[in-house]
Amino acid sequence: MSDILVYALHDDEGNFNKNSLGAISEAAKLASETGGTASAVVVGEVADDAAAGLGKYGAAKVYRCKSAPEGLAQPIVDVMAKVITDNSIDYALFGGGLLGFEIGAGLTARLGAGVTMEVTAVKVQDGKLVAERPVLQDSAIVDVGYVSEPGIIISRLNAFDVKEPGDGTAEVTDVEVELSDWSTRATMVTRGEARGEDVNIEDADILVGGGRGLGEKDNFQLAEDLATAMGGAVAATRAVVDAGWYPYSTQIGQTGKTVAPKLYLAAGISGAIQHKVGMQSSENILAINKDQNAPIFEFCDLGIVGDLHKIMPKLTEAIKAKKGG
Amino acid sequence: MKICCLVKEVPDAAVQKRIDSGTKRLDRSGERNLNPFDTHGIEAAMQIREGGEVEVDEIVAVTMGPETAARALHKAVALGADRSVHLTDDALSGSDVCATGYALAKVLESESPDLVLLGQQSDDGECYVVGAVVADHLKMPSLTQVIQMDVSEGKLRCERQAEYGYDTVEIDLPAVISVGDAINEPRYPSLKAIMGAKKKPLDTKATGDVGIESDRVGEAGSQTTVLGINPPPEKQAGEIIEDEDTNETVEKIVAWLDERKLLA
Repeated sequence: MSDILVYALHDDEGNFNKNSLGAISEAAKLASETGGTASAVVVGEVADDAAAGLGKYGAAKVYRCKSAPEGLAQPIVDVMAKVITDNSIDYALFGGGLLGFEIGAGLTARLGAGVTMEVTAVKVQDGKLVAERPVLQDSAIVDVGYVSEPGIIISRLNAFDVKEPGDGTAEVTDVEVELSDWSTRATMVTRGEARGEDVNIEDADILVGGGRGLGEKDNFQLAEDLATAMGGAVAATRAVVDAGWYPYSTQIGQTGKTVAPKLYLAAGISGAIQHKVGMQSSENILAINKDQNAPIFEFCDLGIVGDLHKIMPKLTEAIKAKKGG
Repeated sequence: MKICCLVKEVPDAAVQKRIDSGTKRLDRSGERNLNPFDTHGIEAAMQIREGGEVEVDEIVAVTMGPETAARALHKAVALGADRSVHLTDDALSGSDVCATGYALAKVLESESPDLVLLGQQSDDGECYVVGAVVADHLKMPSLTQVIQMDVSEGKLRCERQAEYGYDTVEIDLPAVISVGDAINEPRYPSLKAIMGAKKKPLDTKATGDVGIESDRVGEAGSQTTVLGINPPPEKQAGEIIEDEDTNETVEKIVAWLDERKLLA
């Protein structure tokens, strides 16, 4: 019998994160296979009905700690460590996301627990959970088991689909937790600043994604020209967004958006895991990169090894001509 | 202020990596290098020192690993660290994340740093979590994937990207910070620094020297176990074209797009 606890992340408006909801659905499925229960933990001012509403996704219980702040990992480590210990919970499961990695890591230290990261699937073997983790740029998948409980499972983004197997309401229990001294020595000044204009890329059928291989900020013009010719929009990698080349709202991947257009044209994008998780469901992936060893060539449908500065302007012209004629 | 930079020796990016089916561990033979992500941590330490906002007394590079890992420390020193500490012991072999985090925390504890810096991930294991494990053992506040860091007396102001955009966080020292690769552009070491690196002090420590309980590390102290290694699901390999004649390449791309009705 395995009881599983899921951290349910929410934004400042109280909306739960899609990846957290997917993790709750997955936990409910796994727990029922072993005869255990799935529960969720929330922190901050989460309304009664919002907390109870997690039951819809499969949580039987919700532990709520109003006094712990949302958005920083260490206070949540305090809360989850207490809930896990007090209720003899066997596993903690996190949907993809930065905070999940940090909280899971903190729990590992606090509880002396085994941890597996970047998990893409979880299965039940002899009543216990086994995590599947791709390694070496997804060239092999390792089955990881836990020597003892509790075990920590941190999934990759979009690993679990959101399902609504529950009957609607979870039992909400308020918990009081005394925060560790070091958990109170980091404070949020501003949370979730968007930076740059708000661009909708999720609804585009065609996306031209630009990465570091574009060379410099001004070269995003190449991506914009191509996207305009094709009737699509422009997206970006985290590296170029952090470098200030393109707005945050266009970022795809781990801490950005998840897209699945008809065509994703990756220009100068190496295809690191953090980016891949946000666009791998695209129907067609076309990559242009000068490095033939770039991981993107392992999962694209058409790969062009060459200089994008030469290829993109000509491709734009050719598409304009084709569409015009 | 004393800064410790955690570094790791990893297989060189050009080396084809594989898992040894017997030991079920990553085969770490072949050309090796300092984890490129960790060079951003060292650079961040150097910029704090050069920034003049606070006095940096010492920058110490710290690693855990087999004998060869000393070379990663030489590189770290060539990039600016003043001295280095190498935790090495057969008892550590086979440590998982839980055991590794504990062991690193013990060796850091013996240095009493005001700030611990490391790269956001290792190039080989892709873990992202070691910094946060170490921080909890050290009872220090921590933040990962930081891309902007301003230091003042006893405090850090950090920026990073999280789920909903950019977060700005204030943290009291001592603290553990993992830095993202966007935080800086690491410098190249000078020839003089490379030549001088081996002359800087390097302390080699065994588990007993820093109070590591031997049953909490190595394979015996690990909390996870590899049950099997499988190939990934088959995916039809895509077509790869080397661009020799760009006009021809563009023609092929247009035909490919047209076939899939993407130019409608």
